[in-house]
Amino acid sequence: MLDALGDPTRRAIFEQLAERPSAVVDLADRLPVSRPAVSQHLKMLREAGLVRDVQVGTRRVYSLDPDGLAGLRDYLERFWRTALHSFKTRVERENREKEQGEADD
Amino acid sequence: MTDVRTAVSVSTVVDAPIERAFAVFTEDIASWWPQEHHMLQGQESHMVLEPEVGGRIYETGADGSDCQWSHILVWEPPHRVVFTWEISPQWSLETDSAKASEVEVRFAAEDDRRTRVDVEHRNLDRHGEGWEGLRDAIASPGGWPLELHAFEQRLGAEKVA
Repeated sequence: MLDALGDPTRRAIFEQLAERPSAVVDLADRLPVSRPAVSQHLKMLREAGLVRDVQVGTRRVYSLDPDGLAGLRDYLERFWRTALHSFKTRVERENREKEQGEADD
Repeated sequence: MTDVRTAVSVSTVVDAPIERAFAVFTEDIASWWPQEHHMLQGQESHMVLEPEVGGRIYETGADGSDCQWSHILVWEPPHRVVFTWEISPQWSLETDSAKASEVEVRFAAEDDRRTRVDVEHRNLDRHGEGWEGLRDAIASPGGWPLELHAFEQRLGAEKVA
């Protein structure tokens, strides 16, 4: 669930909603994604607690869910994944160099 | 017991002995901390971690400015370090300590050449109205990791094509 923003299309939809609340048709117009695909992505974002929807007349309008911590968690989870990946690359390179140095002694 | 609703956990296994993994993570934090997530922006900065309980984690900038964003709560080399996270969701300094969250990093030897590293960032609810702030952060340049900007550029290219 936390990886709801792991998909680039969902992040694009999420960012569009951060700018302004929108209906499915608006999002499909602004992004190279079909309406059914937008609906499917919105469903996942809603289940993850990132967006909510309200009925306005005949339109269902989606917006970011301001109550949830889900957005902050998702953001920090991706930060730590990036950071740990960077750490892993660094420590393994340093370890190889140290081992090489010890082997040469 | 940590409330999983207000925490995130991320793990990795690295090909290095536990002592080296701990040392690089802490004393050599400047070597791996993502550059786009430094507090001091618009200049070269260097991150420093003082290896003791009460020690600071801070950045120093080329212009002589510095920015402390954490202090060490638990220091148990090479197994565990806990530090505060005094960074707001807008990725700026959180001056209200009641709104700081905390990060625990545990190191466990899988064998004498491999180490498991578990990061738990918890008490995220303390950031208060973080969600509103996060929304602003997302809308700002550099608010998202670079991959998103690359994706946006690709979207733009597809629309032109």
